[in-house]
Amino acid sequence: MNQTVVTYLAQYEFFDFLLKIFGQNTSLLAFLIFFLIAAVIVGIMATVGGLGTYAERKISADIQMRMGPNRVGPYGILQFLADGVKMMTKEDIMPKDADKFLFYLAPMLCLVGVFATLAVVPFSAGFTMTDLNVGVFYLIAISSLVGVGVFLGGYASNSKWSMLGGMRGASQIISYEIPVTLSILAITLLAGGMGFGTIIGRQEGLPTNWYIFHNPFAFIGFFVYFIGAMAETNRAPFDLPEAESELVSGYHTEYTGMRFGFFALAEYIEVFVVCGVAVALFLGGFNLPFHLEIDILPIQAVQFGIFFSKTLALYYVIIWARWTFPRLRVDQLMSVCWKYLTPIAIFNLIGCAVWLVVFNGHSIADLIFGSH
Amino acid sequence: MTSTHFDGLMPIVIFMGLAVALFVGGHFASVLLAPKKPSDLKSTAYECGEEPVGTAWSMFNVRFYVVGLIFIIFDVESVLMFPVATIFRELNDMGQGGYALIIFLSFISVLIEGIAYCWKKGDLDWVKSYQVSMKNNK
Repeated sequence: MNQTVVTYLAQYEFFDFLLKIFGQNTSLLAFLIFFLIAAVIVGIMATVGGLGTYAERKISADIQMRMGPNRVGPYGILQFLADGVKMMTKEDIMPKDADKFLFYLAPMLCLVGVFATLAVVPFSAGFTMTDLNVGVFYLIAISSLVGVGVFLGGYASNSKWSMLGGMRGASQIISYEIPVTLSILAITLLAGGMGFGTIIGRQEGLPTNWYIFHNPFAFIGFFVYFIGAMAETNRAPFDLPEAESELVSGYHTEYTGMRFGFFALAEYIEVFVVCGVAVALFLGGFNLPFHLEIDILPIQAVQFGIFFSKTLALYYVIIWARWTFPRLRVDQLMSVCWKYLTPIAIFNLIGCAVWLVVFNGHSIADLIFGSH
Repeated sequence: MTSTHFDGLMPIVIFMGLAVALFVGGHFASVLLAPKKPSDLKSTAYECGEEPVGTAWSMFNVRFYVVGLIFIIFDVESVLMFPVATIFRELNDMGQGGYALIIFLSFISVLIEGIAYCWKKGDLDWVKSYQVSMKNNK
């Protein structure tokens, strides 16, 4: 059976009390607990997404030596709330030639695809919503829904800019999925399992046990994954689907008000998710640098904090890259993916497989400092 | 026990439901708060201020189709490699590492062969005809 947050909570005494109330109707109880925690996570993620827009503007201002938003709240930190209210009160325009149903559906698909990935993001040892034994596989599969949403958004608008943006978005997202999948495959191979629990469990301890430092191939693999993830979330320098200087606004040119807001929200949460996955796969996830026998709730909070700080550090790097690198051209985008990243990712995969067999699964640190 | 077996999949459905609920809720709030003054001009597709010419649902560059085709092949192959990768470590611990590695490499070599063929044929170049004509002129 899969390890879930409910099976984690079941080891505590108050759970027996809950069981008595629900009269052994465990499925209903599980549903309620899942629902409660999911609502909390959605709340946190909506705030992270909102603060992401604020951070983006503030960091870009910092890099370009401007002030950035500084009117709403202290240092302008409530700007995202003001933006949200503004989006809600803006008129919702539906182009008359648009495919009405698909136009309505597209932002929802983006949102569903991103939210569904949150179910396997490992926040801490206990508070992983569900640790599916096909975790990374599920994540790759379900996050493809975002690509469908982007393409449908472009197609349904019946506007030339949207159509170009949607086409570019679809081809970019599916292309960069290949190097990302191959990099994840290398980690699956080293860890011997697809579940996030298994993968993070293998990286327990000091940073030398992290998979990024496991062998030289995994080290390159991290960068392949990170570049690919940046492209999959349509972040600059890979923001061709929405390239504002050539395609007006790409696939969401015709979107206004709340529907545009949902596209933006989905994008910012997706950036958080891909950073979280990078942390879980390569950077040791929520692991503390030392092993603890006891398992109490404060430790879960510390693990939560470790996971969040690593993820937000990567989030910063992604925003930083946006204001540092110029946008790629379409043909450059495709050649970066198919002629550079994919062969490198295949090379890394072979390298990891050979390393595993030759050194019997030991990391570099094991070989230098003696194995344990 | 049969019901608890699927409990692990419950959060996925809940998260999807919450996404739909958030979408519908946001929409509902927007319907309540936002002005609704549709006009003919406002609901035309944006084309830099000009009247839109024709529909956007027209013929499109076939390159996108080729990219989709290459993607399907690579994606299916990587899907088939996931089960092998999962048990690879186990096989290595059992002392079957070399044997597993040979099988794994022979499978990847098919993948490499595929990408090499695409590359040779010029299907990885975005502007294929231009690149090929450049080669022929040399």
